[in-house]
Amino acid sequence: MRLSPVEVSDGAVAIGGRPVLRGIDLTVAPGEFLALMGPNGSGKSTLVRAMTGLRPLSRGQVTLFGTPLAEFRDWRRVGFVPQRSSAESGVPASVWETVSAGRLTRRRLLRPLGAADRRAITSALELVGLADRARDGVGTLSGGQQQRVLIARALAGEPELFLLDEPTAGVDALNQRALADALRGLKDLGATVVLVAHELGPIAPLVDRAVVMRDGRIEHDGELREQDLSHHDHHHRRAGAGAHALRVSAPLDGLAGGPAEGRRP
Amino acid sequence: MSPAELFSLPFMQRALIAALFTGLAAPAIGTYLVQRRLALMGDGIGHVAVTGVAIGLLTGWSPTWTAVLVAAAGAIAIEVIRERGHTNGDVALALLFYGGLAGGVLLTGIGGQSASRLQEYLFGSLLTIGISDVIVTMVLATVVVVVALGLAPQLFAVSHDREFARVAGLDVRVYNLLVAVLAAVTVTVAMRTVGLLLVSALMVVPVATAQQVSRSFRATLVGAMVLGLVASVGGLALAAVASYRVNVAPGPSIVLLALAMFAVTWPVGVWLRHRSRRVAPFADEPLGHEVSDDHDHREHDHGPDCGHLAVPHDDHVDYVHDGHRHAKHGAHYDEH
Repeated sequence: MRLSPVEVSDGAVAIGGRPVLRGIDLTVAPGEFLALMGPNGSGKSTLVRAMTGLRPLSRGQVTLFGTPLAEFRDWRRVGFVPQRSSAESGVPASVWETVSAGRLTRRRLLRPLGAADRRAITSALELVGLADRARDGVGTLSGGQQQRVLIARALAGEPELFLLDEPTAGVDALNQRALADALRGLKDLGATVVLVAHELGPIAPLVDRAVVMRDGRIEHDGELREQDLSHHDHHHRRAGAGAHALRVSAPLDGLAGGPAEGRRP
Repeated sequence: MSPAELFSLPFMQRALIAALFTGLAAPAIGTYLVQRRLALMGDGIGHVAVTGVAIGLLTGWSPTWTAVLVAAAGAIAIEVIRERGHTNGDVALALLFYGGLAGGVLLTGIGGQSASRLQEYLFGSLLTIGISDVIVTMVLATVVVVVALGLAPQLFAVSHDREFARVAGLDVRVYNLLVAVLAAVTVTVAMRTVGLLLVSALMVVPVATAQQVSRSFRATLVGAMVLGLVASVGGLALAAVASYRVNVAPGPSIVLLALAMFAVTWPVGVWLRHRSRRVAPFADEPLGHEVSDDHDHREHDHGPDCGHLAVPHDDHVDYVHDGHRHAKHGAHYDEH
């Protein structure tokens, strides 16, 4: 039997003395596409950050590929896609350079990029559909394209487990489809995917298992339920426009007829 | 004395060698500081290093080495304060900066040294660079450049995205401290040519100039090193030639030359950014189907050679003219 790529047992996280997560038991099966869902502040981002070690547990244990996190050194098996940072870096970086950082898990010190590195970077860019933008500055890309660059960066390291923190945040409806295509590519490669999402939108068909968080606990673990899709939609309408200033449009808006409707033949 | 004779003097050659190495090293490490938005860190380290120089002058030890040690300690302190993420971190840094400068001036006075002795270190000096200073400068600058270029992939990743670098298994704290110590070493290396109070300019201005025209990190790094070399050697030569008439310290002339290069490049950068904004793909907004009917297109067919600005829009091309965005749709054009 293959080891679980990521397992959390009795996990709890406290930030500044406040318990943010508690009683988390979660075992992700190899090849699973798991969506961590829930309203803002429910702890879903904290949980995925705890899986990477960026957020230490106050209790319990995280195990990656059978090894406790504190002893885990095989980072090439993990690909992390952080939330797109709002602050731009002080120096321009090209798409190629950003994605090549993903190879650092496999490169030795003071060695130039090898042929295998270049192949991996190129195919990662192809999978997210940005091969033609490799030489452009990341700052000139749209938000959704920048998010795909970050996915390509994780992909370039050829990991078995992807941890994505809100890849759909602030991405408009059309770019969400391109994003969903890129994620489908990861799934087709046989990778395990744990993805934090406030809304699934076009990603919904890919999800094998939905874990819905509420107030730092797991509320639901299993099939993606209709109410998980509609609940959030409802939540948004009630919350009003100001509550999520970053959002451009709801991803579900594009689902009904598809954005292709009313466009050129 | 002709310029040729001037440049054949041993002290001038020593100064030129020091300027050459400094001009390469300062922007190399400066690029990483600018990347993590710490453009003024070099300035802070320079202030702290003043105390180091004063300790050297007071005790009779080599001011270069006391400055290296004190500047490195200051840089590590700055990095630790930054990492702890105190809300008033910049205030803590300011305390360190001014403490360093005031302590240096005070110690120099206690040591009975004149202010002009300290000024050699604050604004650079041509005449006082000895052969051992040149050797130390060459060795330290080479170390800085080799590390800054050799570990470029790791340092880039750590400065670009700290969290991703950590999950990629890089020891972010070690790399951050490495950059801080290298910055301290660079400050000390540059103090004999540019001077402690202006060294930060040589770390930052060439980077700002290079990124006016570059799209990638590597181009910025290499371009900044070339510009730093030109500014450093050129500024030193200007100061030497000008010293026939007036007493010019090399630091100000090096920095002013670097700033002049920025002033020349800046309009180019503005134009490049303007152009890239104009041809940036239109946002993926929902498309309507609104047929353009306010004017006739029978006379003019948009195409690659029609002369109108062609902008990618999703899966097709919009042609921009007179405030319209026209996309071909069968026999007519849509307004987009």
